[in-house]
Amino acid sequence: MSENINLTLKVWRQNGPDDKGHLGTYKAKDISTDMSFLEMLDVVNEQLTVEGKDPIAFDHDCREGICGMCGTVVNGLAHGPEPATTLCQLHMRHFKDGDTIVIEPWRARPFKIIRDLVVDRSSFDDIIQAGGYVSVNTGQAPEANSIPISQEKAELAMDAAACIGCGACAAACPNASAMLFVSAKISQLALLPQGRPEAARRALGMAKAMDECGFGNCSNERECEAVCPKEIKITNIARFNREFLKASFVSPQA
Amino acid sequence: MMIYPAIHYTMGGLWVDYNLMSTIPGLFVLGEANFSDHGSNRLGASALMQGLADGYFVIPYTIGGYLAGTVLPEVNEAHPAFEDSTKLVNEGIDKLLSIKGDRTVDDFHKELGHILWEYGGMSRNEIGMLKAKELIPELREQFWENVMVTGSPGEFNQTLERAGRVADFLEFSELLVEDGVSREESCGCHFNEAFQTEEHEAQRDDDSCSYVAAWEFRGTGKAPALHKEPLVFENVELAQRSYK
Repeated sequence: MSENINLTLKVWRQNGPDDKGHLGTYKAKDISTDMSFLEMLDVVNEQLTVEGKDPIAFDHDCREGICGMCGTVVNGLAHGPEPATTLCQLHMRHFKDGDTIVIEPWRARPFKIIRDLVVDRSSFDDIIQAGGYVSVNTGQAPEANSIPISQEKAELAMDAAACIGCGACAAACPNASAMLFVSAKISQLALLPQGRPEAARRALGMAKAMDECGFGNCSNERECEAVCPKEIKITNIARFNREFLKASFVSPQA
Repeated sequence: MMIYPAIHYTMGGLWVDYNLMSTIPGLFVLGEANFSDHGSNRLGASALMQGLADGYFVIPYTIGGYLAGTVLPEVNEAHPAFEDSTKLVNEGIDKLLSIKGDRTVDDFHKELGHILWEYGGMSRNEIGMLKAKELIPELREQFWENVMVTGSPGEFNQTLERAGRVADFLEFSELLVEDGVSREESCGCHFNEAFQTEEHEAQRDDDSCSYVAAWEFRGTGKAPALHKEPLVFENVELAQRSYK
């Protein structure tokens, strides 16, 4: 049943990357439990605007859990308390009247804060540009049955391809490692025949870019897997490590 | 979760030729930003389909022809067109921030959504659409007199960003309704209640409405010009839609 609740929000406010930042306290009044978390923030922002205060900056786009734009740390958990759920798909029925909710941005050194809860995730683009693609001839539709792929491989590749690049994995990791993200992007291509010709270059290039961006390494904490809204498995990290090792031994580029 | 039927998409996009070039020479429009693949209805997951079709199969063959036959001179930020558009954008931003009214951007957005929902939505009629044609320009005028945009222009300002979008929506929704009024038939997702079969299916008028409407923008608040591009079907026969 739908009801209305009152909440206290403690929200990270920061005007820019060089600002010190602080936790601001706000009242969220009369919030319908049918609302999504972002709709609740919309209501608070509308109220702040009317009061002549700066609304809380936060990222969002599709609001249906598929684009990877939204995400904040809610009460210490990336994307909030529900498993396999992006922040936009988290509903207020999971909170109780009188609750205090602490809302913070993703924290990882490469994710510079742009404003409040908005962080710069262009480091993920840099990693993708270092090898997260396949080179194919365009112009004609290839014959669909010319490259047979087993069901098992196709399913594993699709599971890895479910990654939306939101950055929750890096934000949840005590080392601020982006290994879950990078391994998903490596795996979705490494598992398929189309990805094999460039596999060595890809593994070496993306690992190098990841290090250069300033992300830490994996120490098997599995925090990433726990918060991932798309349930990407850390077995992908094992595959990434194998791809990287293989490439390091045999590739002339290593 | 509350479930209700709703519009998920507005069909159409920028006019392009068969090479996917718009009316601006050299500006190619790909994917669902152009009008080319969808008619008056649109199937789910088509964003991927059109993105692939245009990007993978069409543009690799067509852009080369343009590039081969074109001399592209060096362009920098001192180009008059660049200066003009910078000036235009900055004036728009300054105007939005200087109004300092007492209605928020979201408030205007919601009212506009309500007008379209009531009078230009899934099931439309002429009386409603004409009413929307009156209400939208009124709302647009109120917006430019009374909108409240917080913050300053030089900073990361999501309210300003939204205000710019809603300003665009206010112009575009008027065209959306204009297009609906002008098409005296029902077709695909344009369901004018006056034109329906006995089974309440969309009743098309293929003799006089079998065309693509390309609307030319002539300035805010001015009537747009309609250019008709006839639809010619060589290999399929037009038939009455039926889900039976």
